[in-house]
Amino acid sequence: MIASTKPAKPASMLTTNLVFIGRSLRHSLRNTEALMMAIMLPVMLMLLFTYVFGGAIDSGGDYVNYVVPGIILLCAGFGSSSTAVDVSNDMTNGIIDRFRTMPIKSLSVVTGHVAASLARNLFATAVVIGVALLVGFRPNASFIEWVLAIGVITLFILTFTWLFAAIGLVAGSPAAASGYGFALLFLPYLSSAFVPTDTMPSWLQGVANHQPITPVIETIRGLLTGTPLDNSAWWAVGWCLFILTLAFVWSIFSFRKKAGRR
Amino acid sequence: MKSMAIEVSGLRKSFGKQSVLSGLELSVPAGSVFALLGPNGAGKTTLIHILSTLIAPDGGKVLVGGYNVQTEQELVKQHISLTGQFAAVDEVLSAEENLRMIGRLSGLSSSQSRTRTEELLKAFDLVDAAKKRVKTYSGGMRRRLDLAISLVVDRPVIFLDEPTTGLDTVSRRALWDIISELASQGRTIFLTTQYLEEADQLADQIAVINGGRIVATGSAEQLKARVGGEVIELLNGHDEVIHTVPTTGSIQDISRTLNELVHSVPPGTRVNIRRPSLDDVFVALTTNGKEVL
Repeated sequence: MIASTKPAKPASMLTTNLVFIGRSLRHSLRNTEALMMAIMLPVMLMLLFTYVFGGAIDSGGDYVNYVVPGIILLCAGFGSSSTAVDVSNDMTNGIIDRFRTMPIKSLSVVTGHVAASLARNLFATAVVIGVALLVGFRPNASFIEWVLAIGVITLFILTFTWLFAAIGLVAGSPAAASGYGFALLFLPYLSSAFVPTDTMPSWLQGVANHQPITPVIETIRGLLTGTPLDNSAWWAVGWCLFILTLAFVWSIFSFRKKAGRR
Repeated sequence: MKSMAIEVSGLRKSFGKQSVLSGLELSVPAGSVFALLGPNGAGKTTLIHILSTLIAPDGGKVLVGGYNVQTEQELVKQHISLTGQFAAVDEVLSAEENLRMIGRLSGLSSSQSRTRTEELLKAFDLVDAAKKRVKTYSGGMRRRLDLAISLVVDRPVIFLDEPTTGLDTVSRRALWDIISELASQGRTIFLTTQYLEEADQLADQIAVINGGRIVATGSAEQLKARVGGEVIELLNGHDEVIHTVPTTGSIQDISRTLNELVHSVPPGTRVNIRRPSLDDVFVALTTNGKEVL
């Protein structure tokens, strides 16, 4: 009755990764509440900033054009933070033990979550940009500038997703993972996302101008609405690659440590 | 001489200062059902985790299917399947999706996984629930799915860590039937349990683990014989044991004993002849320990 099937050989790296990406995408699509939140929250924030706070903030131009790049990043940060919870869920469930006793590279579980987060957040970004256009966002970017802007957004999402994956790997529980993730989400507020940094007290300007989010926002803003780019593109890519590398190494290290307890 | 599916010698493992396994010796012949019996905290799960490559031993030699768990991990992994203590299933996916996923990860082609999934859903009585999310399953269904997942591809050595803990009697018996069937197909099954009845029912060989060492091994019968033979118990009207006398179990011995006792006991005394159960063995071995044997 329970006859047997023998595989010719273990699954390839490619198959393993594709299977895990498919699994995480299914997870994302079935967690409707989280998916709705990831899209609705940034849209609500955008409406809030445009119509409620916008009138009182002088950004030297139409505020909606100023704030949209910040909202895109906030949305990406928020959307990728759920990766911490997804990864932590897997690590605290017996299923990771099953994967680890199979002849596969079990870190692909995490890669799957990262890929799904990328897909989810690019979709959410598209929705945010769509709504932004409806409420008066008027970018003047060329096709090339759009492509570059989307490239920077993608790199940012990837970076933050790996960072949140690492947080999910070190957190003791999904609830803790969610808490740590929340702390990181304050970063966009301490940047040029919502107000020009020269309106802040000087000590805070130091923080705001030199933290990684500001150059990313300035780059996207520059590409989409034509504000001066200066060096921010280099800083943005540099910061992202730097954090991405750290987060990736940290993930591998903590995956081995946690899953292996070796 | 029969080949050994699992061979462990001098195995040591500690977490921090706490020593969990101290010089454990064990061998399991290929094709047998081996039950590891022990109280909570005796080191059962740690041992299974070491055998299935999840954690590394501190010392000693551990071979599974002839491969070293530390230096030949990938080969060991191709040889085993683990069903852990907590149902290792993906709750968000359906039973069908779980099985197909594991099929693909195990190196089956898409169509092979599909065929295999259908077979297993039938064999484990999960056809009706196949497309429902596992989150909605009962404990027994989860366990069946868990075991089905372990069997997507044929692995010669199957580890089951407390496979029936928390199940009702009907589900437990259903699972026992499945395990017996797997064993009859020549696989080696290594299971841990707290239930003596389970070990008695399923296992060819039982090892009792206590304090990080194996304190006794043998068949259920051999273990029972080790704690002593049968006893005659005298019970008062409230079913309380008031006197016990060892006996060989022969009619002559029982008759002689009863004749000696018959005038010295109060009226209403009743007699019970008790053979030691595995429970007796377990209590004897795990409380005041090794000196009993």
